[in-house]
Amino acid sequence: MRQLSPWRNPPGMEEDMSESAVAELPLQPVQPRRFLKPETQTAMVFLLPSFLGFMIFMALPIVASFALSFTNWQLISTPSFVGFQNYIKLFTVDPSFYTILGNTLFFAVEYLAVNIIVSLTLAVWISSLKHGKAIFRVIFFLPTFTPTIAASVVWLLIFTPDGLADSVIRSLGLGLPNFLLSSSWAMQAVVIVTLWANVGYNVVMFNAALDLVPKHYLEAAMIDGAGPWRRFWRIRLPLISPTVFFATVMTAITSLQVFDEIFAMTRGGPGSATATLGFAIYQKGFTNFQMGYASALAWVMFVMIMALTILQFRMQRKWVHYDE
Amino acid sequence: MTNSPTSRHPHSVSANRHRLLRRIGTFVSYVGLSLVALLFLFPFFWMVSNAVRSNAEVMAVPVRIFPEEYQWGNFVEALVSLPFGIFLLNSLVVACGVTAIVIVVSCLSAYAFARLRFPGQEGLLLTYLSTLMIPQVMLVIPLFLVVSKLGWINTYHGMILPVAFSSFGTFLLRQFILGIPKDLDEAAMMDGASRLRILVTVIVPLAMPAIGLLALFTFIAQWKSFLWPLIATSGVEKAMLPLGLTLFQTQQGTAWNYIMAGATISMVPGVILAIVLQRVIYRGITVSSGFGGR
Repeated sequence: MRQLSPWRNPPGMEEDMSESAVAELPLQPVQPRRFLKPETQTAMVFLLPSFLGFMIFMALPIVASFALSFTNWQLISTPSFVGFQNYIKLFTVDPSFYTILGNTLFFAVEYLAVNIIVSLTLAVWISSLKHGKAIFRVIFFLPTFTPTIAASVVWLLIFTPDGLADSVIRSLGLGLPNFLLSSSWAMQAVVIVTLWANVGYNVVMFNAALDLVPKHYLEAAMIDGAGPWRRFWRIRLPLISPTVFFATVMTAITSLQVFDEIFAMTRGGPGSATATLGFAIYQKGFTNFQMGYASALAWVMFVMIMALTILQFRMQRKWVHYDE
Repeated sequence: MTNSPTSRHPHSVSANRHRLLRRIGTFVSYVGLSLVALLFLFPFFWMVSNAVRSNAEVMAVPVRIFPEEYQWGNFVEALVSLPFGIFLLNSLVVACGVTAIVIVVSCLSAYAFARLRFPGQEGLLLTYLSTLMIPQVMLVIPLFLVVSKLGWINTYHGMILPVAFSSFGTFLLRQFILGIPKDLDEAAMMDGASRLRILVTVIVPLAMPAIGLLALFTFIAQWKSFLWPLIATSGVEKAMLPLGLTLFQTQQGTAWNYIMAGATISMVPGVILAIVLQRVIYRGITVSSGFGGR
């Protein structure tokens, strides 16, 4: 009879479960035949909120975005399946796509290079000081705690025609045009603002890494007659290279997505001189209501981010040193 | 080298000169970096300096570095006549709401990943981790569809819930909890405490540094956030401060002085937090640079 051997019951049968619960009372509390171990049940309860959030606001949208990229959808009509047409249109028909792609890459490469050079320079400079490191760190960190839009609006005022930037350029006799009105200079304004707004994070991170470099390494090198330049390239940079690598990857990922500065300062203009992928996705999706087309653009961005990240991980073998 | 034994006199002169050069070098270094820092702070100064002028003076040619007359009342005007007060309130509600949810949800899931064993754990953890690479703009389109289907456009929950899942928080806290000795859990378990009780009374107090850092980063990220509020709201009623700043840039007649006042207001919490918590941030960044600093 089943009641006599409850521990052999197949799991999940309700009547047996209730009866076995009665039958097991006098037994030891070891319960190998429970369908889920209590620990697993607890884990499921603890994970439920984050799992729900993950499914509804992460997994489902990713799948939906992929599906949408194969449809033509104007938001009011029902979406119609169009296969690879959005992607084909992107690469062959859309006259603006290569401009947008070029702008995005131009911005990402220039911004990444300038950011790493400037943040490393500032970090080395700060870590060479005996006093006041914290003050300088806070100063360079302040803009990263500031809404990017607020920063962009302030810089928009600085770059406004006949504004501060123009009068500085004029008084220095540089003969440059107004940045935001010039299609060849507008992107430089975006780079400046993004740099100002975000460089602090890398400065603080590099500064922390540099401060962790053991002093006796540098002292030994100094006794061997290595100058500051050599000490930087041969000792400090290799030792902090994992941090530099991490910062490079993170900065690249975020710079390919640049949006706030462009929305607030140029709206992709003048012409399409500052239209990047991030801005184009917003414009196609929420101004022109071409949701399918915008989703295809978003997947192009994702592939670019993946490709760049993989490339960086490949290249790290050449220059990143880990303590083993 | 200077320590040639032939004569003592040149030695001490060159040592003195060496020390002097070093002092001058240090001095130049401080002055140089201070100048760079001042240049860096200048946009903040420019913002406040233009927030207290009349709009005519903001636009006046030639540009004046300091205002001719100070209109401190602009801040009040910006809060009252333009709805920067409403934006401030909305920003506070959304940033605090998201932060509270992220902390609770991340504590629960981080504890599950760090202390409990269950089938499929590794896979789920990796899946969570991989979401750190997804660009936000890719999710924005389908999220807009979800939120508008639910009728959540222009609501607080529509602005809060879709961004309140943070795999970054889960990782940060999991990493920290792994460093807390397991004996403490086991001792509490002997006393008959439930897992939830252990989490609340043992783990959370010990993980306070990491939780504080997560709270700070989440609050600031939401305070800065622009793209999702731009899409999840329409008009001024539920706009947050960053979005509000762009709503008053119109082709004709931008009230630059009020916008600068609004920008100043939007920077206050970040500036205060950055200054007060600079030690915590510095230490936190050192620790978290192994994760995905978002």
